Amino acid sequence: MAISREEVLYIAKLARLEFDREKVEEFTHQLGKILEYINKLSELDISDVEPTYHVLDMVSVMREDVVGQSLPQEEALSNAPDSKDGFFRVPKIIGGE
Amino acid sequence: MGYEAVIGLEVHVQLSTKSKVFCSCSTEFGAPPNTHVCPVCLGMPGSLPVLNKKAVEYAVKAALALNCRVNLKSVFARKNYFYPDLPKGYQISQYDMPLAEDGYIEIETEKGSKRIRIKRVHMEEDAGKNIHGEGDDPFSYVDLNRAGVPLIEIVSEPDISSPEEARLYLQKLRTIMRYIGVSNADMEKGELRCDANVSIRPKGSDKLGTKTELKNMNSFRHVQRALEYEIERQISVVEEGGQVEQETRLWNPHLGITETMRKKEEEHDYRYFPEPDLVPLVLTEQFVENMRSELPELPDEKKKRFMDQYGLSAYDSEVLCSSRELADYYEKAVSAYNNPKAIANWVMVELLGRLNKESKDVTQSPIKPEQVAKLVELIDKGTISGKIGKQVFDIMYKEGGDPEAIVKEKGLVQITDAGEIEKFVDEVIAECPEEVQKYLKGKTKVIGYLVGQVMKKTKGKANPQLVNKLLREKLEGMKG
Repeated sequence: MAISREEVLYIAKLARLEFDREKVEEFTHQLGKILEYINKLSELDISDVEPTYHVLDMVSVMREDVVGQSLPQEEALSNAPDSKDGFFRVPKIIGGE
Repeated sequence: MGYEAVIGLEVHVQLSTKSKVFCSCSTEFGAPPNTHVCPVCLGMPGSLPVLNKKAVEYAVKAALALNCRVNLKSVFARKNYFYPDLPKGYQISQYDMPLAEDGYIEIETEKGSKRIRIKRVHMEEDAGKNIHGEGDDPFSYVDLNRAGVPLIEIVSEPDISSPEEARLYLQKLRTIMRYIGVSNADMEKGELRCDANVSIRPKGSDKLGTKTELKNMNSFRHVQRALEYEIERQISVVEEGGQVEQETRLWNPHLGITETMRKKEEEHDYRYFPEPDLVPLVLTEQFVENMRSELPELPDEKKKRFMDQYGLSAYDSEVLCSSRELADYYEKAVSAYNNPKAIANWVMVELLGRLNKESKDVTQSPIKPEQVAKLVELIDKGTISGKIGKQVFDIMYKEGGDPEAIVKEKGLVQITDAGEIEKFVDEVIAECPEEVQKYLKGKTKVIGYLVGQVMKKTKGKANPQLVNKLLREKLEGMKG
């Protein structure tokens, strides 16, 4: 397998996802297959190829430093499950980022 | 055994653009919460970031002022982690292809100039702000106005060897950012933020010890205190036979200690990858040179010029060049009257002393540079003594007015007429027989006291050299 069960669990943890036992087996299998398929690319010699950072053939797209319209506060908060006094309200954060 | 500290600093500087780095929301501070937000900085699906040109210009200027090599191609990357002030679940930053690398700045320590190398300067966006509910309140409150404000991160090499040097380095960064006008860099306002990597090792060793990362130091003083504490803590851990653990620690300003925030195994795995929503940033040589040509005379260049042109010490030049306004003030004074050293003294000791006490800067000085120049001229010409000069300075500072007018109005003109001074000298000799006897018996040092008495009688207005000379003549005459 191209990926271990532990790696799947670690990535799930990083992504804040929880799965039951069977799903973990299933995903380990599926992810492994995807990785094996992608690994086909490593058969190519790309030592002379520059890494592609972007698929578009464009660089340095920029805008002028001009202030535009922001959303009204009400609208900004409208999708949030909870808010108060103009703030998004979330369960208390313990520890730092 | 002696230990030495090895410190590297990661500094975030807010760039003072009008709009955010990837959207057109205002960066203005102090607006009601969540009123400077839009689909881009709220991380709504389907929205796309577009880079602010001014932010790039400012970042390049900063990089050049820090003597860095600007990479003509740089790439934005996603730094992934979960935290409520980060609406997208990632911060747009730069990783393996930063904007600039390999710079340095110079700081002026007690032992002389020291060069601190800068590893890299990269662009990124700021996160929002969390306010944590107090007491029983089980909630935190998130304001995303700051999310997306442009930042540069400046990473130093571990060249800093004391808390004092760390403070000097930060102050120098602030000075440079203000000189080039890309940020106000006020630590108290969060426009300049600093994390520190600290380790200790036996003096003279070239091996690096295990480091800890310090966070939450939001003033120059806190940075210095936190580092002092942490270095002491690491030394006592080692001296008690223990080992420093790699971890992130928070400075607690109330208790004056650092506390574990997270251990090594809890450190983040950011899973950086190139930001697919932004194309690479490719700059031309021409663009970089244009930015370079827009830079003003930088603090270190100015400092060197002050040393050469005015014959000032490195330390004095460093102080006078610590802000553009102060340097301009000094140069205005010197151009009005050419005594650079005396003017430097009056500005640094008398003027800055008073301003600092009132937490003011030179732009708030009640005394104009030309007035300082005039005062020094009056002293040089002998119109007033240096001591009276201080009195005049005090009046200028508190009540305003030109030094000449004050001297005239308060009758402070120095008495240089020998005949007039002689009268006071005779009086003092008559009133102090004991001291006179001592002098005659060879204790000539007592003359200082007698000069003081004459000065007192003349309310400080007599020319002290003349008083000294006349007294000595009279006393020597009495010996015979």
